[in-house]
Amino acid sequence: MPQLSLHNLQVQQLAPINLDISAGQCITLSGPSGCGKTQLLRAIADLDPHQGEARLDGIAQGEIPAPQWRQRVGYLPAESAWWRERVGDHFTNPDPKLFETLGFTLAWLEREVSRLSTGERHRFALLRLLNNRPQVLLLDEPTANLDQTSTQQVEQLISDYRQKLRAAVIWVTHDNSQHQNSTHHYRFKDGKLEQAWS
Amino acid sequence: MELIQLTPWDLGAAAVLVMLLAGLSFHLQLGIEKRLSIAALRSAVQLSLLGLVLKVIFTQSNPLTIGLLTLFMLLVASYEVMNRQQRRYQGYWGMGVGIFSMFISSFSVTLLALLVILQVEPWYTPQYLIPLLGMMLGNTMTGVALSLDCLNQNAWQQRASIEARLMLGHDWHTAIAEIRRNAMRTGLIPIMNAMAAAGVVSIPGMMTGQILAGSQPLEAAKYQILILFLVSASIGLGSMTAIWLGSKHLFDERQRLRLDRLTQPKR
Repeated sequence: MPQLSLHNLQVQQLAPINLDISAGQCITLSGPSGCGKTQLLRAIADLDPHQGEARLDGIAQGEIPAPQWRQRVGYLPAESAWWRERVGDHFTNPDPKLFETLGFTLAWLEREVSRLSTGERHRFALLRLLNNRPQVLLLDEPTANLDQTSTQQVEQLISDYRQKLRAAVIWVTHDNSQHQNSTHHYRFKDGKLEQAWS
Repeated sequence: MELIQLTPWDLGAAAVLVMLLAGLSFHLQLGIEKRLSIAALRSAVQLSLLGLVLKVIFTQSNPLTIGLLTLFMLLVASYEVMNRQQRRYQGYWGMGVGIFSMFISSFSVTLLALLVILQVEPWYTPQYLIPLLGMMLGNTMTGVALSLDCLNQNAWQQRASIEARLMLGHDWHTAIAEIRRNAMRTGLIPIMNAMAAAGVVSIPGMMTGQILAGSQPLEAAKYQILILFLVSASIGLGSMTAIWLGSKHLFDERQRLRLDRLTQPKR
């Protein structure tokens, strides 16, 4: 059974989307900006009203309480948002090993969010998300604002996480280069989702 | 001591002051002369009408007409609450939140005061009911309007961090808890300030009125304390109800933040 499956999921101007992703699989999505990639991820995370259905391990979205669904289907938006001053206020039981993979120590928890760079904030947002141990990752350009070293660290972390927890990953990317992590690549063309290669 | 009767000349003298102010505003190009004149005229017309209406209602003491007057007061207060929002709720919620929260708070506190504290016989005696309800509604209107405005403005400005919390699996209560607390405080600040300043900086309107009408100052003070407590209870209950209802309406059954349920501010 696929980990995550979408049945006629419909957002805005896009044609209904049918997609199955199995555990441990990573697919990439690309398409021109404004084509609805973010809208699709938001619908899967159940943040916007939408038509059609998403299922996790065969259980429909509507049958799982929304907070629980969003914990299991973790969405990383392109821009991170923070609601308290310190980094540590946004974490419960932070995992030091996870922090090290991105070059941080737990001492960073004392830092003020407003003093971090965009890239640092973005990496902490990823750590914050992975701390929830989601079964599905919805990543909206997770390496867009990162330098080369950080990009590699983030890609490695996501790949390790996916393999260790058998997580399904949807990775939205802007560049069309083949992605080392992914097994399938889809792209949006004229409002339709089509498979580019696998 | 007899209350000194006001003649039209007395009111006219006070009106001249307002006209002087308007003239000064015009001369200095401050731009408030029009709004000031309209507000002054409105208050004169509305209060005179109220005086006439109350005269009739007091002599008749008919529960039906009293009920209709309180209903009218509630609707006007709710309209004012809606009108003071930068971002109001779409559709019937716009008026509905104000009507419901002020009905729950002002009416129940007034009823409590009439039945349990003052024990007026019959409880709907308009000489007590109308002024009491008026004070509750007037103050609660300000509190509810401030609270709702704060709630919706903050929800709009902090939409990204509210959604960030939803994305991490927080429920909607947690995601909006701080904004709610803020809204509650904002709604209660005016009455808390009024209570802190009462008797030291300001002599509240009701006490002033009773003293002018010849009451003993200590008796007037006791009434004023009663009113301040009732008013804060009414504001607190009203703001809480409005914030609870309003914040609940910002989310749907799947706990999505639904800012599309608010209107755009008019510019």
